[in-house]
Parts: sequence; structure tokens; C-alpha cells
Amino acid sequence: MSSMTAADNLCPFHRSLIIAVLVAFCGTAGAGQWQPLKDDGLHDTTNPSLEVLQNPADALSRLPADTAGNKVDWVRAVRDGYIAPRSQLRDNTPVRILDSKILMNTRGSLPRVRFDHEPHTRLLDCSNCHEQIFKSKAGDTPVSMSAILDGEYCGVCHGAVSFPLTECNRCHTVPHDGDGSGQGAQ
Amino acid sequence: MTVTVLAKVRSDGDGVRQVQQRRTNIVRAWALGLALALAWNSSGSLAEYADVILNRYADRADVRPVIFPHWFHRIRYQCRVCHTELGFAMRAGSNDITMDKITAGSYCGACHNGEIAWSPDNCDLCHSAVPGTPTGTRGGHQTTGPGRY
Repeated sequence: MSSMTAADNLCPFHRSLIIAVLVAFCGTAGAGQWQPLKDDGLHDTTNPSLEVLQNPADALSRLPADTAGNKVDWVRAVRDGYIAPRSQLRDNTPVRILDSKILMNTRGSLPRVRFDHEPHTRLLDCSNCHEQIFKSKAGDTPVSMSAILDGEYCGVCHGAVSFPLTECNRCHTVPHDGDGSGQGAQ
Repeated sequence: MTVTVLAKVRSDGDGVRQVQQRRTNIVRAWALGLALALAWNSSGSLAEYADVILNRYADRADVRPVIFPHWFHRIRYQCRVCHTELGFAMRAGSNDITMDKITAGSYCGACHNGEIAWSPDNCDLCHSAVPGTPTGTRGGHQTTGPGRY
């Protein structure tokens, strides 16, 4: 009986229940990655102008795929030229790109975080994060996952508009014994 | 394993009744499982990730709340345009946006002026949410975010 698994210990009712839930999830998860506006539960279907608005699938299905958030890899979409979002409305607004990485020491067991300024400054201005959300001096900001999950620090954007907080290993990339010279977080 | 169990059951005096009971239980389990999964999938809003509802004034003014789709706008503009040049604070509900300010060219009105994007007199195109929808960030395929969103 050493080959007996946990599933074998379940009574038939519970085993069937688990299989049914899994099958139903798999069956519905792939269907319709992007809800049409009329079915999203947010748009008022009595609005006569609803049919004028673009549906997410029309635009997002043509961009590099991702598994979370909008199901679009926005960083790659910009980097590879799928889209070229404009950087400013006014000619004299400075557009500053910073190519530097910050290694953030995590006290937990997860790999450390390497924050890469470059993809962030491709979209955001310095003032969006500094000095209100993050101090410019590395190490001066008491970042923690519990605060991030509460919508602070990285969580101002990640979990709300940029890739969600379920994607741990996109930020936690640097092993504790590494020197931090590998591929950065996306 | 199943065959063994069935054989044991059939050796009982009430074997047939127990097999029928087992089948009924399995059918019930499947029905309950499918119902649970469908209920979970359809619970809450299925809005696109990062859709923002603006309802500081809309309900009180008897118009639909506004839906701001981040996905549509970020294809066309980098985050910095709205969150730096136009001054939108990065927290749903923290911007005091009024139609007076928009028609004067502030906030949405910097683009929604009939030249870059549709003009503010196309009420229904922005004011498109189900009445009563509270201000906040919606949507999400994997997370609906913490309470503060």
C-alpha cells in the first residue's frame, strides 16, 4: 500500500467533487480571455453608446501574450515596437530614462529583488515614485510585502494596473548567495 | 482500487443498493462541483484588469459613473503623461475631477477636447458604468487587489 496517494484516501464523493471543480475551471478558464464590455458586469447594457466602445480583445489579442493582469506583456509590447505610446503632450516636458538597478535585500526566504529602473522609466517619470512613494537613497524606504499587498510602495501599481502580486518570481529573481549580475526583473 | 471496492460492496447483502448510492453520490458531487466552479467564476465583476470607476459625483448628479479603461489608454500614452503632465494622482478616488475642470482642459479634458479624443459632450462614452458602482480599481484575472484598490 505504499503507492497509495492522498486522493485514494478520499471518499468517492469528495474525489469526484474535486475532479468536477478542476474540470469546470479548466473548461472555463481558457474561454474568452477578455470579456466583451457588454458581459463584464461593469458596463451598463442599457447604454445606447456601448456598441461604439472598443472591446478589449480587439486590441489586446494582437499584443505579446502574458498570463496575468491584462494578459499582455506590456514591457515587451513597448520594447519590441508592438505599440509606441506617446511620452508627452507638451514639447518641453522632460522624458528621463534611467538605466540602473537596485538590489533590494529581502529578509524572507524568497530570492532578493532586483529593481530595474529602465523598463519603469520607459513608462513613468521619476516624480511618480520619488520622493513620496520611495526615497531616492537606496535602503531608506521600509518596503515590505505586507505593505505592498496593502497597496503601498510597489503595490501602488502592481496589483492594480501593472502585473499582479501573484507573480512572485518576476521580482524575486536574485538568489541570496548570488552577486545580482543575472537577468533583471521585468 | 475501484474494482476492489466494488467487489467488496457486491459481496454484501445490500450490494446493489450501495452501488446505486455510490453512483448517486458521484453525480451529486459532479453537480455540486460544477455549480461551485461556475459560481466562483461569475462572482464579482469580470471587468478588464485595471478598469477604474469614477463615482465621486456621478451618482449624485444622476449620471452613470465613469469607467476609465487603463488598457485602452496605455496603448496610446505612457503612464507619465496622465500621472505627471496631467496631474492624476495614482490612487483611485483621490482626484477631484469635475466636468467644469474637464471642459476647461484639465484632467481628461487635456485630450478629450474634440481634437485628440472625443469631446466631453459625448456623455455616454465615458459615463458608461452600471449606476451605483463604487469608485475604485476593478478587474483582474488573478487578483482583485487589496481592499484599498
